[in-house]
Amino acid sequence: MAEAHPVGFQWVMEAKRRGAKVFHVDPRFTRTSAVADAYLPIRAGTDIALLGGVVRYILDNELDFREYVLAYTNAATIVSERFSDTEDGDGFFSGFDPETGTYVQDSWQYEGNEDSSGSGHTAKERDSASGLEHESHGARVDGDTPRDETLQHPRCVYQILKRHFSRYTPEMVERVCGIPQDKFLELAQAWTANSGRDRTGMLIYSVGWTQHSVGVQYIRTGAIIQLLLGNMGRPGGGVMALRGHASIQGSTDIPTLFNLLPGYLPMPHHADHPTFDEWVDSIRHPGQKGFWGNAESFAASLLKAYWGDAATPENDYCYGYLPRLTGDHGTYQQVLNMIDGKIKGYFLLGQNPAVGSAHGRAQRLGMANLDWLVVRDLFMIESATFWQNGPEVATGEIVPEECRTEVFFLPAASHVEKEGTFTQTQRLLQWREKAVEPPGDARSELWFFYHLGRRLREKLAASSLPRDRALLDLTWDYPTHGPREEPSAESVLREINGYDVTTGRPLSSFAEARADGSTAIGCWIYTGVYADGVNQAARRKSRHEQDWVAAEWGWAWPANRRILYNRASADPDGNPWSERKRYVWWDAEKAEWTGYDVPDFEKTKPPSYRPPAGASGPEGIAGDDPFVMQGDGKGWLYAPSGVLDGPLPTHYEPVESPVRNPLYRQQANPTRKSYAHPVNSVNPSPPEEHSQVFPYVFTVSRLTEHHTAGGMSRTVRPLAELQPEMFVEVSPELAAEAGLAHLGWAHLISGRAVIEAKVLVTDRLTPLRVDGRVIHQVWVPYHFGFEGLVTGDSANDLFGITLDPNVLIQESKIGTCDVRSGRRPTGKALLDLVADYQRRAGITPGGHAPAVTTDQDVEGRDGS
Amino acid sequence: MFVGSLAWEGVSGMGLRTFIEGWPVYRQLTGTDPLGRGAAAKSARSAGLTARTEAAESVARSVCPYCAVGCGQRVYVADGQVTQIEGDPDSPISRGRLCPKGAASKSLVTSPLRQTTVRYRRPYSTQWEDLDLDTALDMIADRMLAAREQTWEDADEQGRPLNRTLGFASLGGATLDNEENYLIKKLFTAMGALQIENQARI
Repeated sequence: MAEAHPVGFQWVMEAKRRGAKVFHVDPRFTRTSAVADAYLPIRAGTDIALLGGVVRYILDNELDFREYVLAYTNAATIVSERFSDTEDGDGFFSGFDPETGTYVQDSWQYEGNEDSSGSGHTAKERDSASGLEHESHGARVDGDTPRDETLQHPRCVYQILKRHFSRYTPEMVERVCGIPQDKFLELAQAWTANSGRDRTGMLIYSVGWTQHSVGVQYIRTGAIIQLLLGNMGRPGGGVMALRGHASIQGSTDIPTLFNLLPGYLPMPHHADHPTFDEWVDSIRHPGQKGFWGNAESFAASLLKAYWGDAATPENDYCYGYLPRLTGDHGTYQQVLNMIDGKIKGYFLLGQNPAVGSAHGRAQRLGMANLDWLVVRDLFMIESATFWQNGPEVATGEIVPEECRTEVFFLPAASHVEKEGTFTQTQRLLQWREKAVEPPGDARSELWFFYHLGRRLREKLAASSLPRDRALLDLTWDYPTHGPREEPSAESVLREINGYDVTTGRPLSSFAEARADGSTAIGCWIYTGVYADGVNQAARRKSRHEQDWVAAEWGWAWPANRRILYNRASADPDGNPWSERKRYVWWDAEKAEWTGYDVPDFEKTKPPSYRPPAGASGPEGIAGDDPFVMQGDGKGWLYAPSGVLDGPLPTHYEPVESPVRNPLYRQQANPTRKSYAHPVNSVNPSPPEEHSQVFPYVFTVSRLTEHHTAGGMSRTVRPLAELQPEMFVEVSPELAAEAGLAHLGWAHLISGRAVIEAKVLVTDRLTPLRVDGRVIHQVWVPYHFGFEGLVTGDSANDLFGITLDPNVLIQESKIGTCDVRSGRRPTGKALLDLVADYQRRAGITPGGHAPAVTTDQDVEGRDGS
Repeated sequence: MFVGSLAWEGVSGMGLRTFIEGWPVYRQLTGTDPLGRGAAAKSARSAGLTARTEAAESVARSVCPYCAVGCGQRVYVADGQVTQIEGDPDSPISRGRLCPKGAASKSLVTSPLRQTTVRYRRPYSTQWEDLDLDTALDMIADRMLAAREQTWEDADEQGRPLNRTLGFASLGGATLDNEENYLIKKLFTAMGALQIENQARI
């Protein structure tokens, strides 16, 4: 955090000054480790084993915050007798379908709900990354479920959790993660001792956590700990995701993602959502409790914002205009389709996949096989010049005279040359004022897309084709200003906020959304950002003039709430858990919720409220159910649906690993998304043969002085000067083993690529003793490419393409490689070297590792 | 500590008192700056300098474009040019601080390496050409419509609606504003274009 989010890290140091204990877990010693109370070097890709160890420590020693756990989580809920755990299935839960490599979730459900709630096959859900839809709400579950308040029932969640993590002992943590037991116990003791009524602990992760084939389950494990310790919805608690780019949170909320519409509404699927009603019912699940019960209002209001007068209740608000998913249309599937000649055109909007995406060579080969490519950026980035200067030109794989891709480079406006909002990592929207005009032809994306849309509509104005109605009926009349006719970003923000269709009055809250066509809302979770016709995101009341919650600086979704689910900061009766941790509470005299933040609860619903039998929607949420978006109002220790690779996190090895999974015969996540394509490959891992061809683990991360693919930093003089060169960090032990000299050259080889880097020999990397052997890890920054003021080989070229099944994010934080001294070969000799490694490793084009490995022996496994 | 040197140049024509007061050591001993790290060390030249922030004609309240912490920035402008970018001390998030990248934002936005004109590479060409922005926009619109026309899918094999094109794709970065993402998604969706992705997937 000190490296990649340095200014945010000041608050960690502030907490430390006030007595907090800071633990840092990372494969590499960084500036964060330097100031932490304890540093735990970890084998990359084993976080579930470490955190699972903490879960076991909590349960074994009964250190959970029992009152919180009983009242606010699903610990007492009883699960179907058809459920069987990975402990009994050698790494598999019940319901695995080997044909599709996905689960049928019926047996994971709560007792009595096996066939009625979130059951069924999940192959379609994996292809449409449906895990992402649950960012703002829980997955489907029926509310009335059997519970055992004593937590003794063998099938209650608490007992299932206990059995599931029973083998995640300190010994096992040491064996899997390479973390000594005393270090692990120090972490577990501090975490539990600093949680409870009077204290809270926070878990902070950077989004490298998401870049694993089990990324979502990493975060689930953290959430389980934080729920068990009562750290959710409370000040100083929570799970804090440090997202990596200025408005990456906003890019998910108002998604430019294939499977989502604004506010986490799913993009319709051709088979599941043929009609508006079926689409809406798949979101709100009629009869289910919680605020998602109002989904019809949000859905109708979005379509009303898109299609205005043309959208009526009679025509289902033009639902028929929406395009339909048939499967996986994600960025990696797209790139493979480009290589196969299935895609004609590609827009890159401030994004540089030639350097920033996994498997750079596949990215560049895909772009070289397009009809046309539009690149909008500040600088001439690698994704615009791959046909001219890319590594494949040097190897002869791309010949400019034979590359047909027509490339348009359009200069973009910088962040000071346009106005608009970013949503930062805590869901806070901050409006930026425009300082100057963009230079020359540079324009904002707002300008580009508004005028592009205007032009497209003009070109089709005379069309009578049904397919063109959606474009011609679209509301696309934003006011413009200035000689360049810049559209008004505030008018777009107003539409995002939503308005009363008749009066034009901006809405104040998503509770005002209606399903009768009287409201139009571009993104319902952002409703309120333009309340009272005031741009609330532009608020800049100084921190010196308000309290520590700073509610008048910017605007946070939803409803300007700074801590989600903050009802949990009070006990079931509505009183603060302690004076020290007072945040939101029930004021019995005024009969309303109050506190420092906007209460995340119906303002006048008393703690004593109990829903009438059969109640659904918000009415079904009891006065002591803080997790109001969940179908049962509870925090989920166990997820009966919504997470496609299991109701509980399980340690699987990364797809490329030098180690056989010490816990189960199942080696890697059996539901991971693989692509059998000639350009793609996976280095062999145990139990497959030849894993020793790639004996080392490599991991990548950021430098303080560079940013992502380097387009905004290798082009900037002071930053280029501070970090001028691609390098690889290796331990002194590995340097000796591989014959590497400090400040000399090395090259790293995977089944996809070979890259070179200067060698930095440092004890920031520690060889780890794992399962009786020494594992060497090397570290490389992923910022470098062949354009800009400073250049170097791209670390992401080393990776193949394998994705997390829930969100289709690639495993690009860990891979295996060989490390050799000296510079890499060039030209055809480079291809020969990679081919030689592929031959030795038994990698065949289009082949990939078996998904199921339970029929293979496990060396040294307990009980085998 | 005693540091500084006599300002020998300009002694002639200067009164003795002015001369002595021009001596940093004297100011250090007699003034409010005994350590000689502030006012005492100032030369006449440095005393005459003003900060770029003072000379600014306008200041825009902005947000750092790098990571997602969301540090407040103040962007100082003179003569239509960005002259300085500083941390916003009012921000409850950043308290006026910026990291090396945020502090280099002025170099980012004023970089001489920025492309400010449209560039165009024809199929099979070995070089870039210039292209008028308006023409570029028109050519892009034509290509989108052609790709859509060639790849349009009305319905699946069972007659269920698809209403889409898989003929083109998009990948956006996360320095796009919410308003921009909103228009991108709205326009592409209305065209039936599904393959819209973002750094958020990566």
